Amino acid sequence: MFANFMAWIDKRLPVTDCWNKHLAQYPAPKNFNFWYFFGSLAMLVLVNQILTGVWLTMSYEPSGDGAFASIEYIMRDVDYGWLLRYMHSTGASFFFIVVYLHMFRGMMYGSYQKPRELLWIFGMLIFLVLMAEAFMGYLLPWGNMSYWGAQVIISLFGAIPVIGDDLTQWIRGDYVISGATLNRFFALHVIAMPLVLVILVFLHILALHEVGSNNPDGTEIKKKKGSVKPEELSKFKFHKHYTDKYDIVDAIPFHPYYSVKDIMGVAFFLFIFCWVMFFAPEGGGFFIEAPNFEPANGLKTPEHIVPVWYFGPFYTILRVVPDKLLGAVAMFGAIIMLFALPWFDRGTVKSMKFRCTLHKVNLFQFTISFIVLAILGTKAATPLNNMIGTIASFGYFGFFIALWFYSKNENTKPVPERVSK
Amino acid sequence: MKKFILAVFALVPVLAFAAGPSLPLDSANNDLADKESLKRGFKTYINYCLGCHQLQYQRYNRTFTDLGIEEADGIENYMYTGEKVGDHITNTMPKKEAAAWFGTAPPDLTLEARLRSPDWIYTYLRSFYLDDKRPFGVNNKLFKDVGMPHVLQDLQGVSSIDENGKLTPAQGGSLTAEEYDEVIRDLTNFLEYVGEPNKLERKALGVKVLIFIFIFFILAYLLKKEYWKDVH
Repeated sequence: MFANFMAWIDKRLPVTDCWNKHLAQYPAPKNFNFWYFFGSLAMLVLVNQILTGVWLTMSYEPSGDGAFASIEYIMRDVDYGWLLRYMHSTGASFFFIVVYLHMFRGMMYGSYQKPRELLWIFGMLIFLVLMAEAFMGYLLPWGNMSYWGAQVIISLFGAIPVIGDDLTQWIRGDYVISGATLNRFFALHVIAMPLVLVILVFLHILALHEVGSNNPDGTEIKKKKGSVKPEELSKFKFHKHYTDKYDIVDAIPFHPYYSVKDIMGVAFFLFIFCWVMFFAPEGGGFFIEAPNFEPANGLKTPEHIVPVWYFGPFYTILRVVPDKLLGAVAMFGAIIMLFALPWFDRGTVKSMKFRCTLHKVNLFQFTISFIVLAILGTKAATPLNNMIGTIASFGYFGFFIALWFYSKNENTKPVPERVSK
Repeated sequence: MKKFILAVFALVPVLAFAAGPSLPLDSANNDLADKESLKRGFKTYINYCLGCHQLQYQRYNRTFTDLGIEEADGIENYMYTGEKVGDHITNTMPKKEAAAWFGTAPPDLTLEARLRSPDWIYTYLRSFYLDDKRPFGVNNKLFKDVGMPHVLQDLQGVSSIDENGKLTPAQGGSLTAEEYDEVIRDLTNFLEYVGEPNKLERKALGVKVLIFIFIFFILAYLLKKEYWKDVH
């Protein structure tokens, strides 16, 4: 019965073939470690954001007069509205936690290197759109930090010579942030950005499956056709799309092996996620900032205007540069550096395991710099903080510059032919 | 690899210096589960605060249900101005005039406990002192030059501030210092409740969800182990 039904479908739409090609017979390296959970977790959080977002939209009122009150309406009068709202707000922060760790994984194991440059670019585009999505979403509760945070970020565009003022006005749709800004941000947040995000995620996965997954050793699991002895071949059945072109070693089908492993990862993640969501939904003032419990007020500035933590690193880079325009250039430059990472790295050894000590030190200092920048972004701009922020900014940019120099003739360790276990 | 991660975690706290000094707050030690305390706080709020400060996002009947107040009792003892029981807890103070009277319109307090913290409210209401330079003759140690008069002065009496900036014990109130602290604790408790009426429900549900996920994790782990027997 079911077989007949699937046969009928498959004649008209390649469902079974697609399932096999991308899941049941997709060759994934067998040595994925902890860091490889974050891709599937990012997808989980995306689904969470979309579903809770749809239901929040049903009760949210996108207007300057009604937005703040409608959030409290959701929190108090809508059945389990508080749960939906906290799932969405906690999800936003966890989205960035997961995505940052996912990107860090890519940096550790060289997953951006040839032939995965386009895969990395799609990932970076996702990151960029995600930041825009989060920024616009953050205005919607219409709290005072929403308002002033948006004010500060939008005014950045005013630093652009000649067109700056007109541009900021065009973005806001008004002379100041107002209901008009809120309405357009709402439209972009619930329709435009999520649509782009989903398309980019689709392309990200398609590109991944074309080049194949990297692994902690950075070795290639697809060998030249005919180069591997039959007894060395992976004993699992893979889709002919892969086996026609390559001999596949050290791989297992994504489904069921990684699907069951990812379910375990999901359970682990949900435990931490729910812990925060149910017992500290404000995330210590980082996930929901206290001034946002006061409605937007154009006449009353919060004591410290700070962006949400996930913008912290880039905001600090902006702030430590004394000139506004140069600051904005540095901030966008920091993101462009990440985009260009596949070309800064001129090495051929992927995983940090087999790269030179200098690379490990460099990646280490980059990690520290990034975290310090993030912390500083949520703190007041005191002279001491600015000094530390400047050093950390040099650390951030220095990573890429140094990488470009030493990666050309790097003293690397030999990369094993096969994955280690 | 593990060393790398450990090193990162070891170094960050060193660099993540503490925030600057914040105002010392007294601990409110309030208990959201204590419904009698919440009822007393509600009553104090209605009698002393609501005239100026609305709770515009909170409804009377929701409060009655959550605090265990019978509707008839609630209408009789907590609603003075003829609203309907499903209405929000508001007042009729004209915003514009109020701004002229106090320098700024008295803010809505529904979310005050989330904006500033319960301990802040508890400390604030116990920090008024005499100050001739202010329009109402009082100032506040925690919130300097606040526009609000000491509304609870007939309960607490009033303190002075000595040359070290310390508050002297309040004089001339109808309550002892301990009794007054209790009144403020109840009021703080009520405001924390109003800030997030679902707080206790949230935590109770959270425990159940975490237990469920924990069991789910064990099953997922066993399932993974079973499947991965084939992988060498």
